[in-house]
Amino acid sequence: MPIRPLAAALALSFFAAATALAGDWQAVLDDARGQTVHWHAWAGDTRVNDYLDWVKGRVRDEYGIELVHVKIDDTGSAVSRVLAERSAGNHDDGSVDLIWINGENFAAMRENDLLFGPFAERLPHFALTHPEHNPEVVTDFTLPTEGFESPWGKAQITFYYDADTLEEEPPRSMAQLLAWAEANPGRFTYPRIPDFLGSTFLKQALIALVDDSDALYAPVDQSDFAAVSAPLWEYLDALHPHLWRRGRQFPASGPEMRRLMGDGELELAFTFNPAEPAAAVADLELPESTRSYVLDGGTLGNVHFVAIPFNSPHQAAAMVVADFLLTPEAQARKQDLAVWGDPTVLDVARLDDADRARFEQASDHPALLPPQALAETLPEPHPSWMTALQEAWQARYVGGP
Amino acid sequence: MLRLAPLLIVTLLVAPILAGLTMALLPAFGYLPALGGERLSLAPWRELLAQPGLARSVAVSLASGLITTAVSLGVVLLFLAGASGSRLDRWIRRLVAPLLSLPHAAAAFGLAFLIAPSGLLARLVSPGLTGWERPPDLLLVNDPWGLSLMAGLVVKEIPFLLLMSLAALPQLDPDRRIAMARSLGYRPLTAWFKVVAPALYPLIRLPVYAVIAYATAVVDVALILGPTLPPTLAVSILTWFHDPDLSRRFMASAGAVLQLGVTAAALVAWWCLERGATRLGRHWLARGGRGQGEQPLRLAGRALILLATLSAFVGLVGLALGSVAGFWRFPEALPQSVTAAHWLRALPTLAGPVATTALIAIGATLCALVLTLAALENEQRSGRHPAQGRLLSALTLLYLPLIVPQIAFLFGLVVVMESLGIRPRPWLVMFGHLLFVLPYVFLSLSEAYRRLDPRWSQLASSLGASRHAVFWRVRLPLLLAPLLTAGAVGLAVSIGQYLPTQLLGAGRIATVTTEAVSLAAGGNRRVIGVWALVQACLPLAGFALAVGLPRLIWSRRRGMQGAP
Repeated sequence: MPIRPLAAALALSFFAAATALAGDWQAVLDDARGQTVHWHAWAGDTRVNDYLDWVKGRVRDEYGIELVHVKIDDTGSAVSRVLAERSAGNHDDGSVDLIWINGENFAAMRENDLLFGPFAERLPHFALTHPEHNPEVVTDFTLPTEGFESPWGKAQITFYYDADTLEEEPPRSMAQLLAWAEANPGRFTYPRIPDFLGSTFLKQALIALVDDSDALYAPVDQSDFAAVSAPLWEYLDALHPHLWRRGRQFPASGPEMRRLMGDGELELAFTFNPAEPAAAVADLELPESTRSYVLDGGTLGNVHFVAIPFNSPHQAAAMVVADFLLTPEAQARKQDLAVWGDPTVLDVARLDDADRARFEQASDHPALLPPQALAETLPEPHPSWMTALQEAWQARYVGGP
Repeated sequence: MLRLAPLLIVTLLVAPILAGLTMALLPAFGYLPALGGERLSLAPWRELLAQPGLARSVAVSLASGLITTAVSLGVVLLFLAGASGSRLDRWIRRLVAPLLSLPHAAAAFGLAFLIAPSGLLARLVSPGLTGWERPPDLLLVNDPWGLSLMAGLVVKEIPFLLLMSLAALPQLDPDRRIAMARSLGYRPLTAWFKVVAPALYPLIRLPVYAVIAYATAVVDVALILGPTLPPTLAVSILTWFHDPDLSRRFMASAGAVLQLGVTAAALVAWWCLERGATRLGRHWLARGGRGQGEQPLRLAGRALILLATLSAFVGLVGLALGSVAGFWRFPEALPQSVTAAHWLRALPTLAGPVATTALIAIGATLCALVLTLAALENEQRSGRHPAQGRLLSALTLLYLPLIVPQIAFLFGLVVVMESLGIRPRPWLVMFGHLLFVLPYVFLSLSEAYRRLDPRWSQLASSLGASRHAVFWRVRLPLLLAPLLTAGAVGLAVSIGQYLPTQLLGAGRIATVTTEAVSLAAGGNRRVIGVWALVQACLPLAGFALAVGLPRLIWSRRRGMQGAP
């Protein structure tokens, strides 16, 4: 039984504004009916695409909205499209209605006033994320989202390996990783910068290597970048000769790293989606003996969002889709290992019993980590660090002999 | 009406390119008001020159343009010179033709899987011959020198140049030229190089220039096989254009202008090589050497073309295997299990993109055929024949889209379209494809059209047929085979387009190629295998028709079945 938005709003009636909200929301629903939403979303994974297909059918039945998944391989291309439209004076008939986004892409769009909002608080189901207890759903790489994007899912760095071929224990810290790579030359690597997963690896290493990580949570120009990042370059200089292809080449992305694991070229890899190893086993990409773990002391994690460009002609329908994505039904299906496996942003413990039951799935897949293993999450540094690290990495390692 | 055709074609092709280039040029010098660039400055260039590895990117782009072209042309000429009409040679020609229709991206995926350390070749010989239980840690694909990129391009450019040569050859009457040279005591291969090649080259010069331009600025193949630290210039530009730091677009525009310069430099360098070769060639011709030691060259020609062709085919077989593979551990030569799951998963999503692809390809190709025929017929009626192989006739502007790198003007074109209030629609993508389909259709049809024996038309006219009747009842039927081949080339070109589809369609128009490339970001070889095979099969259908139809229609007239 799908949850009616009105029913959901009633469930929230202990909020003073709820009735006013419901009226307001009904107007949005009326506007949205019959509109077409062009959702620009990364399409590099068939599981994600299949989930979006399901959303498409549900919002058509429920709200009369036609959802089109515009498949892109880089979120930056949607950002630059909105920009091109604004440069041509197109302020109310843009081609992008919804973007799957976070981090530096969000920062860039906010900085250039390319987003519609604030709208997140207007979504009836947004309250289920309980931002007062879960600040990560309103914080994107240290930047407050201020309602200009709505949370959709979570990511956390998770390492995985093939238990059949890896004889010793896998490394549990950055220091152990270096030692392990020295003992197993050519069997580990990370995605090429500026890929977001590769950049995240740099941040993970930096957090582990600096004495005081406070500087990382303020804009980079407030600290001495060269001094703060020095231990990272020292570490990478030592690590690279022992990497896959001796660090002279890097895979393009996380999925390519997964393929190299499947081909047996690598023995250890990592991903941003904790369910990816288990999902890849199910898709016959990785061997049954795949196991995953997180580093001692926790790994970097973040939340990904959806946002609406300022010039979308279908903002009402885009909001309705963003709201549907936050329903327990949609969130539970997204978290289902058989579907996608992307962790929910809802505060499951505070859901009512019926909805909480939707999230209780069998999570005994041997390649899948139990939820409590992901408890230690390191927050993302300020987005300016990402850009600074990427540039410094490229200046240091691109174009060498 | 007909008289307007050349003008229409030139405007249709040149205007968007000039507009797009302007919108790349202005930001390159700091002017893009939407991003706060109000004044002209050199800052984007300073930023560009400070990019790490820029010199190397430029060098690899330049080298891949020149080396790819030299190798492809060399192999094709060597093969043609040594071809004797034997069964093996005919078989090779027949094998090469379908490769032309293979999209570059599919060929590149196939080659990458073939030569990777964990690829098909290594699996076939491991662990038996090599002792490898794990894939060796060798830098073969994406090597920093761009060798695998060039190999991938050569595999695709050999069929292109071979087919262009085969289309041009009959006009030269090579058999009689060779017979003459032979009667003077020249050995066959030497005779071919001395009396046929010098006449052939001017006819295929434009395709050769197109290969140079393509190889210096290609994006999709370079993404799959090219170097990565740094990538080629074109790939770097694409990354900068898509960078979420929007101020990078100024630098990206400067990069696009630089790419234009790199391609121009490659063309000029080739032109100088041409001059040099002509001068040297004259001595060689005049010296009168009758040739010796031909056998090794003859063998080399066949061996190289076979090698290129077979690697493309075996690569495809690898993709096909991958598309049905269960888990496939190294060094197993075959997957441990076979499954239809990847195909079943893709099938429901295939129909839409396949239909869109076909619609756009057929639309663009029909437009291109009509325009080309109108322009060529106008040429016939006005009696003005453009000088053969000259670069400076009005219609040679037609080749502008093949010489100007796509990446240099497409982004600017999107801004232009937006400011004209033109929204992304299938017809806009079709128009974008037309920019690239039209030159190829013209290229493949024009020589056949111009070289058609004028006595057929004269005869028909003297029998009282009107000029329309001559066109419809004599020239078109006689040219059916080249017409269909040109159509098939047009379809193949359209089906393979990635950048124009993605940019002009705002990503809303999903074709088989855009789907395949976006899935490539996921790196799942099984899914890529499914889409690459579908992508490869679509244009093949066009070529099958082009070969089959004339034989069917002219099944009782052997002379009309035309060159294969």
